Parts: sequence; C-alpha cells; structure tokens
Amino acid sequence: MSDTTDSGPMLAADGTPLKESLGRALRRQKIRALALIAPLLLFVLLTFVIPIVSMLVRSVENQIVSDTLPGTIAALSEWDSTQGDAPSEDVFQNLFFDMFNAAEAKEHTKLGTRLNYENTGLASLFRTSGRSMDDIGEVFQDAIEDADARFEDGAFWYEMMSGAGGDTLLADRRTRWSALTGDNMSGDVGFAPSQDIAALLPITTAAYTDFAIWTAIEDEDIVAEEDPWEAVYAALAVDLRDPSRVAAIASYSGAGADALQALTATEMPDLTFTEAFADLDEDWVSPDVWETVQVYSPNYTPGYFLNSVDRELTIDGVEARPENEQLYIKLFGRTLWMSLIITSSCILLGYPVAWLLANLPVRTANVLMILVLLPFWTSLLVRTSAWKVLLQQQGVINELLVWLGFVDDANRLILMNNSTGTIIAMTHILLPFMILPLYSVMKTIPPTYLRAAKSLGATNWTAFWRVYFPQSVPGIGAGSILVFILAIGYYITPEIVGGTDGVFISNRIAYHISRSLNWGLAAALGTILLVLVLALYWVYDQIVGIDNVKLGG
Amino acid sequence: MSKIETTLPRPDLFRFTMPLTAALAAIFGFVGGNMVAQPWLGAVIGAVVGCAIAWVAETNLDKRTAVRWGVIAILALAGLVFGNLGTAVSGALIGAVLGWAAYWLANSDYRSSVPIYYTPGQTLWHNTFKFICGLIFFFLVAPLIPVMWLSFNAEDFFTFTPEMLNFQAEGYSLKHYRDFLGTDEWMVPLKNSLIIAPIATVISVSLGTLAAIGLSQSHVPGRRAIMAILISPMIVPLIISATGMFFFYAPLGNWMEANLGLSQSFVGFVKVILAHAVLGIPFVIITVTATLVGFDRSLTRAAASMGAPPVRTFFQVQMPLILPGVISGGLFAFITSFDEVVVVLFVGSAQQQTLPWQMFTGLREQISPTILAAASILVAVSIMLLATVELLRRRSERLRGLSPA
Repeated sequence: MSDTTDSGPMLAADGTPLKESLGRALRRQKIRALALIAPLLLFVLLTFVIPIVSMLVRSVENQIVSDTLPGTIAALSEWDSTQGDAPSEDVFQNLFFDMFNAAEAKEHTKLGTRLNYENTGLASLFRTSGRSMDDIGEVFQDAIEDADARFEDGAFWYEMMSGAGGDTLLADRRTRWSALTGDNMSGDVGFAPSQDIAALLPITTAAYTDFAIWTAIEDEDIVAEEDPWEAVYAALAVDLRDPSRVAAIASYSGAGADALQALTATEMPDLTFTEAFADLDEDWVSPDVWETVQVYSPNYTPGYFLNSVDRELTIDGVEARPENEQLYIKLFGRTLWMSLIITSSCILLGYPVAWLLANLPVRTANVLMILVLLPFWTSLLVRTSAWKVLLQQQGVINELLVWLGFVDDANRLILMNNSTGTIIAMTHILLPFMILPLYSVMKTIPPTYLRAAKSLGATNWTAFWRVYFPQSVPGIGAGSILVFILAIGYYITPEIVGGTDGVFISNRIAYHISRSLNWGLAAALGTILLVLVLALYWVYDQIVGIDNVKLGG
Repeated sequence: MSKIETTLPRPDLFRFTMPLTAALAAIFGFVGGNMVAQPWLGAVIGAVVGCAIAWVAETNLDKRTAVRWGVIAILALAGLVFGNLGTAVSGALIGAVLGWAAYWLANSDYRSSVPIYYTPGQTLWHNTFKFICGLIFFFLVAPLIPVMWLSFNAEDFFTFTPEMLNFQAEGYSLKHYRDFLGTDEWMVPLKNSLIIAPIATVISVSLGTLAAIGLSQSHVPGRRAIMAILISPMIVPLIISATGMFFFYAPLGNWMEANLGLSQSFVGFVKVILAHAVLGIPFVIITVTATLVGFDRSLTRAAASMGAPPVRTFFQVQMPLILPGVISGGLFAFITSFDEVVVVLFVGSAQQQTLPWQMFTGLREQISPTILAAASILVAVSIMLLATVELLRRRSERLRGLSPA
C-alpha cells in the first residue's frame, strides 16, 4: 500500500498521477464520441456539403472562355477597347485556330451559349461561324496542295512533322485539349513533334500536334494515315508569311525540306483572318462583341452575381441591365414579401389553435393534435393537389359558389395561377410548422399567471396582452423563422398553383437548371438564397437553439 | 366540503333561444334561397323554420334525440321534394346543425365550459373563439376530403360531376384505383419509391443513430459546429440542395459509369439514394438525440459494471430503450424520401422516376384523376404512419416515466 499523505501529486490506482489519468480517460471519451460521429459527418460532408460548395464555386466559375479561346484571350489582352475599333489581325488569327479546335470538339456552341447570357446574339454568331472554319482553312489548303501535291498526303505530313525533342509542346497542347473538352486526353498519340520543325514552323507544328492528339485519342485513328485538318494548312501559310522563317526554310535539311522550299516560291493567298471573319459575320469586327469577350475572359467572374441582382459587367464597370430584362430583384422582393405574408397568416391562424391545444385537457388536446399532425404527415404533393382541386376555375370552391348562386358562372373567381393561390396553399402547408413550436412554448406557460392577473383586476385583454402574450413571443419567433425559412425556398407548390405571378426565386433557379441551362446564374441565385437562409438560421439558432428543434410535438 | 351543484339559469325562449336559432336558420335560408335567386325569401322561410325548431326544442327539452332526428328527417324530406338527393343531404346536414344549435342554446350548454361567473360578453367571446378554432381546424383537414371524394370519380375530370353531387351510383367508380394499380405508368414509380425510400432510410438511421449516441456523450469537442453541419440538409432549402447535388452528382455518376463499369440505371439509383439518405439524416439526429436526453446513463454503467462489453450494452440495454426514437426518426426519414420530389427531379433520370415525381408531372400537365387515387392511398399511408409514431411516442413516454430521472 502506498502512502498518499506524502507531498506530491495524487495518484490513481495504477500509479499514474490522477490528473493525467483523468485527462487520458477524458481524451478516450472524446475520441470515442468522435469516432461514433465520424462516419455520418464524413457522409454528410461528402454527399451534401461538397455539392453545396461546388455550387458556390460554380457561381463565380468562368473558365470556359479561356479554355475555349486560350490563344485569343492572350492576344486580346493588348487590345484597347476604348479605341472603338476591332482587335488586331493577331487576335483574329488566334481566334481562327482556337475556333477550329473548338469546332472539331463541338465546344464552340457552349462558349456561344455562355457569352449569349451577357450579350444576346453571340450564340448564333459562334454557332454559324464554327461551321465555316473549314472553309477558311480550305482556301490555304487548296493553294498549298496546288503548289506541291505531296502536301495532300497524310503520311508525308507525318514524316515531316515528327521527330524528337518536342515533348513539352505535345504536353502543352494536350493540356489545352483537356481544358477544352473536359476529358483528360491521356493515352498514346503515336506522334511527337520534332524540335527542329517546331523551331522552324511554330504555328504549323502546334496546329499539327493539335490534329495529332485529337486524331489519336478522340477519333482513335492512326495519325500517319489521316490527312491533316485545314487548320494545319492555314498555319503553314501563316508561318510562310514571316520572311525570317522563309529564310530559315531555305537552309533547312530535315524531312520534306524540298517541298517546303518549293512552297516558299509560290504565291500564297493573301486572305487575312480579319477579312475572313468579317466575311462570315460583320459582328466579328464589332468592338461590342470583343468587349464582352474581354470582360468575361478571366477564370472567375462576378458576372453571374451581378446578373442575379439585375446588373451586368461591362467594360466601364457595373451597370444596370436594360429595363425589360430586370427580373431578379423584383423576384427576390416578391419571394420575401410573399413569405412574409405566408408567415403572418400562419401566425394569425396558428396562434388561436396553439392556445386552444395548450389550454385544453390533455386527452382532448391529443385528439385535436391529430388534426394538426395529419396534414403535417400527408405528402406535400397530396396537399398541393388538394389545393389544385379546390382552387381551379372549375374547382370545388368555385363550383360551390356558383351552385349557391354567389358567383356568376361566367365570372368565376381566379384563385389559382396567381399569388393568391400560392399564399393560400402554402399557408395551409406550413401551418403545422407554426402551430407545433407555438404549442410547445405555450405548454410551458403556467395557466395560473393569467388567473393571477385577472384576480388582480386585469381585464381579459390586459391579462392576455400584458401577461400571456409576452411569454409566448419566443414561440412566435421560432415558428415564424421556421415558416419563413421553409417558405422562401419552396418550389413545388408555387410551381403548381403559382402560375406566373405566384412563383418564387426557387422556380427561377429550377428554370435555369432545366430549361435555359444557365447553370452559373442558377448557382448564383442559389447562393444568394442560401446566404439569406443561413442568416435567418443563425437568428433562429440564437432564439431557439438548433438542438431544441422538435418534431411532431 | 361537498361540491356545490350549480344549476345554470336557463335562457328566455323569446329573448334568446328563438331569435338566435332563427338568425342561424335565416343564414342557411339565405344561402339556399340564393340558389334559386330568391335569397331574402329564403331567409324569411329559414327564420320561420328556425323559430319553429326553437319552440319545439324549448317545449321538449328531455326528448332531445327524438326531436333532433325529427328535424333532420323533415329538412331532408323537404330537400328531396324540392330538389334531388344532393339537396336532401344538404337539408339533413342543415337540420342536424339547427337541431343541435336549438338545444345548445335552450339547454344553456353554451355556458357549460365556462366558469359560472363569466359575463355574457365573455361567454360569447369564449364560444366565438372556439368557433374560430373550429374553422382553422376545418381549414387544416378539409382540403383532403375533396381529394379522396374525387378519386372515386367516374369521369376523367378533376371536378365534381352532377351525378357525384346527387350521390348516384353511376357517378362513382373505382377506375382510377384500377388505373393506379394496373398500369406501369404508376406501378413502376411506386416500385422505384419502394426501392429508394427504404434503402435511404436504412442508411440514415444506422449512421444517424450512431452519431446521435456520439453527440449525446458528455464531452464532444465542437458539438455545436458538428450539429450545425448534420442538421444543415434540413435547413438548406431543397432547391439549393438539389442544385448543388445536380452539379456534383452528374459528373460523379459519369465517373462511376466510366471507371467502375456500372450500369446507368444502377448509378442513377445510387445517386438518388445517397441524396435522399442525407436529407433524412437531420430527422434521425433530432429524434434520437431527443430520446437520448431522457436516457438514464446509469443503466449503461450498471451493465458495464456487470461485465457487459460496450457492444452488448448497446444492443441489450440502450437500444431497446431508445428504439421508439430510432423508429420514429426512421419514419421521418422514410417519409422525407418517399415524399421528396425536387432532388429526385434534378439528380435522377427517367429510370428513377418516383411516385411523387409522377404526381408532380401529372399535376403540372393535369392528366387524369389517377393522381387523386394515388393521393388518397398516400393519405391512408400517412394516417398509418402517424398512428405508429403516436403509439411509439406514448410508449417512449411510458418507459421514460418508469426509469428514474
């Protein structure tokens, strides 16, 4: 037996200091608790929190412009929009090669759609122009093939372009492709550009490498057996416009040198890309289009958020959208206003019922509680269909009123497909969420307080208003916030009974997801709504506490 | 002290019972007369009938049942003579109300639930308040009645036909129920719902119960933050969850199809089940933690002191006691998934079409009242679920009452 009266730390049974031993036990307890929580926490993080975060990211994401037109964006950075004229030939040349690749991958329409949200008309501009890239390239192809027939042969091209030392170029072009398509584009290309030809004909090599990667990986063909794209010929023509390159070709001795040398001797078409694009569509030389491209070229943009509050990003900063396109502030306002009306009607209808339930004998209250819980447990769609049945022009309420002669058959009340319908149906659907918290608060208010107040001479009204009501305010607060949070995010009921006047912001989000496919805007609208809800939720937590949420009384 | 028997003063026939009954009857008369464009004549006839009923009630106070049935019979007969079966039923209903009201007034039943010292004004307010509450309860429950009624409609309309209102047999049929039970259009969604909801429930209940037990330990670092994350699927509006899941699950599904070689339909089900499981989790957490608040910790200590390992303690001591909470949490999770439409619309594809989805598209495009048959079946299911939860709650309260606090 150890003598513990000695000075020194108190010891546990196993001889360790008691403090340490307790600390260890506590730690073990914490770890065990966390281990029990961990699987669920992980599950919720993976299946819920990450999707929400991905939505937040998507609301500012804008890589599509720089992924689809990487060269163009780089060249465009030198363009000064204030001058009021179209960008330089360099920009259009890059645009041609970027658009050619995008059109091969069928990604140009996506970019068109994206830019169309900001500047109407760009979708058709990109769609129609994408189809014509081949035609521009063919001008050069014909000239080159006329000059030397060997350029018609895919194997010749392959021999001329391939070699050693161009791996970085290959990797670089591969990265561009995978950014453009979203696939990882890995795999054997069966081609590597030669370092020498890359130095001699940089644009051609890049274009040919693009062609090779696409042919080998996406089309799954042998590069050497395929004829190059028109863009490769165009690239060669561009390379040949540079006198220093022509001079270098004269002293070049690699594969196909003689064919190239023969080519330098012939006249190439003097078509500029600016002309080519202007021929396709006058809009290409309009500064307006290029302003949009330049404003939306960064990888992240506040554009979607600005659109969600009826603003837009222009070259001169943030501006209001045209009057007839302003929609969202009104819609947010309506969502908040209607949620407020729904919340107030829930208080109005829920308070008396909660009072009655709290003050009746338990047995009776339990029976009446079933009447509250039944709609609460009934499928939302059942209740919504019930309101559709009731509120239609040929619905139960109108039929009854017509039958009783209060409403003329020709002038039936319009109760549905407007805000009235949404408010009535949602008040009914959310009423239990008001009654239940109110009831649980009122249950805790002793009835003796009211009697005491009355015995001291208060009238019924004074006793209620000065004694009972203040004590029930937490219940009203809890119920209101709960109803309000639920109401502003509602989708199904407004969609079915709301028509056009009674829809909420959530219906607009769904519209952008499934119809207009403007996902960025949907994400931005969702983010704003989420922030709003989280702020309310924080208030709710302050008033009630999240762990005090009760279900079903 | 013996209880003092108080006899309530009976109100005067001519100054109280008769005018009030007559007024009520006049309202009914006004409404009835309005049908034939003679509201005021109707009101006068109603008032006369009301006076008569009040007088009969006053003079036959002890024959309440007989008189009330008599009034019902006479008014139903009047309805049948002047109209059809539909008006006869309305007449019977009005007769029931008037007969009840006459005795309620004449017998001073209206004062029976208020203290004897209440002034007439207070009594009036008390009864008005009850009436208002009655209307609100009516508002809560009544919308479900036409749905169930119309589900027996013989026509393909969402509205009452004259045959239905006249209670003629040819106005009613079970064809919408046959449609519901007999066509793939409805049975496949039902089957999908019955695949998705139970699996999602099992996932949320098993993970949720474990986590709730973890959360109810005395020392949990960051409990508030964890709780906030776990409850968040309930707080975040469904449309936002659906949007986020849409963005995240679509590439995830493509990846699973491409790299794991799973079929598209299977991946679709996995996505919807995961989404629904996470939506059900807050309900499980809330109900199970609420049950655990009342759980007596000394029971687990007692089990441990007798040598039971933690797992055995959990299954033999703790689990049976918290089972009601777990089951009602599971029911909430089940109904969440079974009733959910927004997320499945965004995350699922046509192969995962669930019952609510089918109802939603049906309602949007307004097809047949088969939706109402489906709705009526769902109401029946929810009544059963409600009854189960209620029984479990009572059982849990009883058990909790037995265990020392």
